[in-house]
Amino acid sequence: MRAAGWVGLLAIGCGPRLAAVEDGEWLPGGGATNTFTLGTNAFLRPADLLTPEHDSLFYAGNSFFSAAWVEAPASTENRDGLGPIFNARSCSACHARDGRAAPPEDGQGPMIGLLFRISGPDGQPDPVYGGQLQDLGNPGVPAEVRPVATWAERAGTFADGEPWSLGVPDYRFEDPAYGPLDPALQVSPRIAPQMIGLGLLEAIPEDALVARADPDDADGDGISGRVQRSIDAETGALAMGRFGWKGDAPTVLHQVAGAFAGDLGITSTLVPTDDCTPAQEACATALDGGDPELDPDVLARVALYSRALAVPVRRSWEDPEVLRGKWLFSRLGCDACHTPSHTTGPFPPLPELEGQAIWPYTDLLLHDMGPDLADDRPLGEASGTEWKTPPLWGLGLIPDVNGHSRYLHDGRARNLEEAVLWHGGEAEEARDAYTELDAGDRAAVLTFLADL
Amino acid sequence: MKSVAPLALLLAAACTPDEPEGFVWPESTASAVSDHAAHVEQSYADALTGARALDTALEALVAGPTESTLASARQAWLDSRPAYLRTEVFRFSDGPIDNPDDGPEGLLNAWPLDENYIDYVVGNDAAGIVNGTDLIDGDALASLNEQGGEKNIATGYHAIEFLLWGQDLSDTGPGERPHTDFVTDGSGTAANQDRRGQYLTVAGDLLVANLEQVHDAWAPTAPYRTGFEGAPEESFGRVLTGMIILSGFETGGERLQAALDSGDREDEHSCFSDNTKVDMVEDVRGIQAAWAGSIEGVVAEAEPELAAQITARIDESLQLAEALENPFEHEIDPTNAAGNARVQALIDSLRTQEGLLEDVFIAFGLSVPVPE
Repeated sequence: MRAAGWVGLLAIGCGPRLAAVEDGEWLPGGGATNTFTLGTNAFLRPADLLTPEHDSLFYAGNSFFSAAWVEAPASTENRDGLGPIFNARSCSACHARDGRAAPPEDGQGPMIGLLFRISGPDGQPDPVYGGQLQDLGNPGVPAEVRPVATWAERAGTFADGEPWSLGVPDYRFEDPAYGPLDPALQVSPRIAPQMIGLGLLEAIPEDALVARADPDDADGDGISGRVQRSIDAETGALAMGRFGWKGDAPTVLHQVAGAFAGDLGITSTLVPTDDCTPAQEACATALDGGDPELDPDVLARVALYSRALAVPVRRSWEDPEVLRGKWLFSRLGCDACHTPSHTTGPFPPLPELEGQAIWPYTDLLLHDMGPDLADDRPLGEASGTEWKTPPLWGLGLIPDVNGHSRYLHDGRARNLEEAVLWHGGEAEEARDAYTELDAGDRAAVLTFLADL
Repeated sequence: MKSVAPLALLLAAACTPDEPEGFVWPESTASAVSDHAAHVEQSYADALTGARALDTALEALVAGPTESTLASARQAWLDSRPAYLRTEVFRFSDGPIDNPDDGPEGLLNAWPLDENYIDYVVGNDAAGIVNGTDLIDGDALASLNEQGGEKNIATGYHAIEFLLWGQDLSDTGPGERPHTDFVTDGSGTAANQDRRGQYLTVAGDLLVANLEQVHDAWAPTAPYRTGFEGAPEESFGRVLTGMIILSGFETGGERLQAALDSGDREDEHSCFSDNTKVDMVEDVRGIQAAWAGSIEGVVAEAEPELAAQITARIDESLQLAEALENPFEHEIDPTNAAGNARVQALIDSLRTQEGLLEDVFIAFGLSVPVPE
């Protein structure tokens, strides 16, 4: 792996300082790349290689992803069952235009797009508030809490003397409606990420990902990379986790069913209970929309939709400034975790996604990101400081799609550079090397990231 | 209205056109885009006329609830729909109707409706804002509509539809809310008749106000309109984008495919009034009007064969939409093979239409660049 000595070389800048254009990198999703609409509509296209049957189901899934769910009973029987407590009324409320949410500025919830996972000091769900705080409720059912955000600034400087400032969020919870919150409650804020290319990530062969793991840092490069494991809700078997900020969901289907139950309060065959505990009387006694509330076909369609969203085409992959940024990205060691490319393997849920060369820039492994980003809430194999490497594709289009540039697991970074600067733990060396770059090189790295 | 600059982000394609070799923008583009803008304004003016008539009929119902005033209000609702639906083709391009910052589309036509967020439903007599104690006025309803994101639906055409018809519990016809739900002298049915009437009045006023906002943004000297006409090539791309997305993604996909796939008889947009067929027909008419009014000429100048194909295809889609039988909920019933086939034929035609319009997008260099 890249040792600290490289940092000196970077400053000297020998060689061409330009990465090569690689075959197919302009199509980050392979045959599942959207080359048609960009701007606001950059994330909403289905993969072109879908079969006609799957294409039809994609649109059905889209309908259930984008439209609001309603309280039961309603005339639209297929679309009721919301709540009794929930974080949002639709998937698209948080993943607007299949994109990414932003955290609130200073102020009070409900916080659409940002949710709080919780557990007791023993790591188990809280006996009253469950595994997640829901800040909305149906009429007559109190929301669990009213979250309040406050932001502070943390200053620093680059090696060349230019100052930076990072926004540091702090959350507190007012008006707990079901009794006081346990003072030892572990709280993990999570932002809703972009929905593109999820089926492709699921189709990367597990062997290829596991081969990159180095749980005890046997090669001594300072980068571990650990595999998350959890019980797959569909099969009941232990499986490699890939989705969610701590990688705790093995499949998109599992993640979707979990979000329906936890975020919308809609039960399914896979996740038959929502996050309302018996201790929450107003919630536990409310009417429901069936048992389970979600038609299994609808769950399957939303999962298909979530697996089939295309990844947008690169716009300036041949631009010299982008290629210089790409070269620096690798030289800094960012690609030790943000693995540029993979090839998808057999994928029974959506066979047409097999055999695609893809460029997600992730290893889907857990890494220690240091104390500043830590949620101090262990989950499965992940410690309180570990996060799963998120894919970087689509990052540069978030401003077009969602009108903001908030990044990281809780959206704290206000732009791509703040996201880089927040990296710690295993990424600290790469982050420090970034701060040693001159302004022109820093800009090149960001230009590269913005082209993804 | 917002300034035009951020809207340039709508389609990166439109900002950085990679025009096919030898492509020259037809001379008629600028005048066609101006004609289109005038057509948009007129279309919203027509929708506004219908909404004002509806608002008046709602006031008459609330002032004197009888079978006759209820029937008149329902008729005014039905009459108001076609003109609004024909404006839906102006969505999906970040224009005044659904601009992410302040577009009122979610206040006007959002679906599905959270019935028991508004009023009583079978199984819950005390549900909804009508049966609560919160103040019902325009600001309150608009803010309740926003609660929980864009999608808590307390206002718009479908909220009014629900208050006029009630739940559609009938297999053969629409909902059957009695006029006595609005009678306040003590002889009425259901509780809180006064609040129900107030809700209806306020929802009608809001509908008019929200349409006025969109209409005014398209007035000849409004900043959005002048910016739109001032960037004809980019605006041409926007118009096409709206047509493409309404044809395929929205009508063919989200509304028809999803309904056919689910087979749930109330998985239809105007489920209380059983007016869903009109939704489909008029959406296609809106596409046809936008196409024939000005866009067709521009395309015909550059790609005459493609233009002719699109004209024929939109006609075909319209005929297939008109061939749907009422009520729509029977057409999607899994046991109605003929109805399912009619819906499928319309879906197929709209998807073909989408593909042809995409061909225009590509021919005009509005798609993203590809490598040599």
